[in-house]
Amino acid sequence: MTRTIRVTVNGREHERAVEARQTLADFLREDLDLTGTHVGCEHGVCGACTVLLDGEPIRACLMLAVQADGQRITTIEGVAPAEGLHPVQEAFWAKHGLQCGYCTPGIIMSACAFLRERPAPSREEIREMLAGHLCRCTGYHFIVEAIEAAAQALAPPIPRPTPRPTPRSTPRNE
Amino acid sequence: MKPAPFDYVAPASLDEAVSAMATGGGDAKVLAGGQSLVPMLALRLARPTVLVDINRLPGLDGIREASGMLELGALVRQRALERWAATRSPLFAEVLRHVAHPPIRNRGTVVGNVVHADPASELPALLLCLEGVVVARGPRGERMIPADRFYRAPLTTALDADEVATAVRFTLPPAGAGWGFAEVSRRHGDFALVGAVAVLARAADGTVARARLAFFGAGGTPVRGLAVEQALPGQAPTPARLAEAARAAAAALAPDADIHATAAYRREVAATLAERTLVAALARCGGTT
Repeated sequence: MTRTIRVTVNGREHERAVEARQTLADFLREDLDLTGTHVGCEHGVCGACTVLLDGEPIRACLMLAVQADGQRITTIEGVAPAEGLHPVQEAFWAKHGLQCGYCTPGIIMSACAFLRERPAPSREEIREMLAGHLCRCTGYHFIVEAIEAAAQALAPPIPRPTPRPTPRSTPRNE
Repeated sequence: MKPAPFDYVAPASLDEAVSAMATGGGDAKVLAGGQSLVPMLALRLARPTVLVDINRLPGLDGIREASGMLELGALVRQRALERWAATRSPLFAEVLRHVAHPPIRNRGTVVGNVVHADPASELPALLLCLEGVVVARGPRGERMIPADRFYRAPLTTALDADEVATAVRFTLPPAGAGWGFAEVSRRHGDFALVGAVAVLARAADGTVARARLAFFGAGGTPVRGLAVEQALPGQAPTPARLAEAARAAAAALAPDADIHATAAYRREVAATLAERTLVAALARCGGTT
């Protein structure tokens, strides 16, 4: 049983006929050749296939492609600007937040949405978010550091206080 | 493709959804958030002939609070309730935080979780603790099924094969009641090995007016801690009394043994968690639930 769907992925509209039992993850990879969305466990546990649906992270293996009809999806291919990397990607590179890289696209999608909601997260909050993503290489430590670094990179610059004239009588602590 | 083939319908009205379920002849399944159903399809534990996708039905995504009840339509995502709870209900906020992970909660619905009836899941126990009701619509009309009579066995409820659960209703605890929630799981967001949720209200003289407790992960269904509910009302809530009631409630459990834990371990942990939730509930009396 097939149906025709129209879905916007990374700002581009696609129209395709899909079988009802095809997951969104398989649709992205096989029909649209967007193989950056990785497929791990295929039942919602590992988090490798996480993409954004209207800006919110979801498991692409737990949504049917037919359900994406009329929806707006962002995958890892849609994260970076035209040139260079997104600050979250930059931070993963700088902090060695990946080894084999299989889990990375899913984590980056989650991290982008997470940092929008919590711009200055604690380590505890980062670890709670990461509980939804399995990584078998890194031991998570560098991933936590990468997300911390990304939060700092994304933070709006702290406005500098307007300098006040220092009274002459102020003692200098030397 | 991992799931076995099925037909897919996306009805535009609840009546259409109900008749699509009837046409499925007992092999139709409702698809809402899909966070429990799609894994079951992928593992081929479920092989429905038709999926009735209710995601496009109007009017099912409402969160309504009225006369001491909280009603959630079948399309209220767990994340939406979590956001509602952030400013309204520390109890719901704490429970929701333990339901899987944000990407799952963004899609998963409260009603879907309650109806899926995983015995180790948090929301079914909360429904039982808060004297909840499942609203079901079928070819014979609408009916309310109290949580007490809803859960029959793991993944098995009183819902008929041709019925659609359209909403759940929680009875909000009375003003000034306290709450407690505790679970033990291997990782944050995993299904609990054992967990408990409790609500306690005190009378003007300081004695317990009402106590309600439910366990999850401690049997084939969520289970009420009847020993707690019967022993505490009218009594002064001393630490010794709370501990004794918690122990009695846990002793009545018949938890399963599996690869994760023995039955004896689960009963032992259940007693400890029941006591902790009661102590926490007592400490929170007079605050916001």
